[in-house]
Amino acid sequence: MSLDPETLSQLGQHMATTVPQAAALGFQFISAGDGRGCLTVPWREELVGDPDTGVIAGGVVTSLLDHTCGLAITSGTGGRMFGTATLDLRIDYMRAAAPRSGVTCEAHCYKLTRSIAFVRAEAWDVDRADPIATAQAAFILNRPPEAAVAEAPSKP
Amino acid sequence: MSDPARQLEDFLQRVPYVRFLGMRAELAGDEMTAILPFSQHLIGNVMLPALHGGVIGAFLETTALAQLSVAQAASPGGQKIAKTIDVTIEYLRPGRPLTTYARADLRKVGRRIANVHVEAWQEARSHPIAFLRGHFLLAGE
Repeated sequence: MSLDPETLSQLGQHMATTVPQAAALGFQFISAGDGRGCLTVPWREELVGDPDTGVIAGGVVTSLLDHTCGLAITSGTGGRMFGTATLDLRIDYMRAAAPRSGVTCEAHCYKLTRSIAFVRAEAWDVDRADPIATAQAAFILNRPPEAAVAEAPSKP
Repeated sequence: MSDPARQLEDFLQRVPYVRFLGMRAELAGDEMTAILPFSQHLIGNVMLPALHGGVIGAFLETTALAQLSVAQAASPGGQKIAKTIDVTIEYLRPGRPLTTYARADLRKVGRRIANVHVEAWQEARSHPIAFLRGHFLLAGE
């Protein structure tokens, strides 16, 4: 059971704009499907981590990576919105983002078990082939009881 | 005001993202406690509610950078902010809608690289909500 692409997009939109931290950072939905999700955060002064360079803060990238991983899990579970909680998140920073540049992230939920989702993610500023950061994460899935899953896939 | 205190104040005031988070810090000698008062915009799960996992990670990372900034106050180029190389964040408990505290332990500060461990807690330090381990490239000369 999985959602059609349009409904999944609406769900992605919803995740990017209604979660308070995502809305505060100004996340924008790009795409979701096949266990993948993509979000972007436009640059703005308030999000700068180093005033000498105007580069967006690492913390913003951390939130973006974590949130995009959540979107990928939603995509991987066919659009069912489980409660998920981050178990661990490892981030490698290859380089600083370009000054005054936004950041885009794509995450792939490549393995789902009954209770855990394993996700990889990449973030880049301009060129996807030249990432600023990569991440590897594990999330706990709080699946509802089986019967509830079969009957009532959550809607945004 | 001592150098570390001035350096910390400068870090907290100058970095726009620190103000976005609403993070503060207190210094006792060279030991810093970072404070993140609860605010609605830090929420990642409205049902629980719980702090966003990214916010907890970001707070831990920013605590490491602030503590490095304090430690590097006297060194050449110490006014610059260190660059994060990698971080591993371990989540132990959900971040509840409460004030969160963090302390960084500079395990090794070399000429170019620092290894830092940070822990975050809310009501009791004996009940940490998350840990961070990370490597940072020092600004240096």
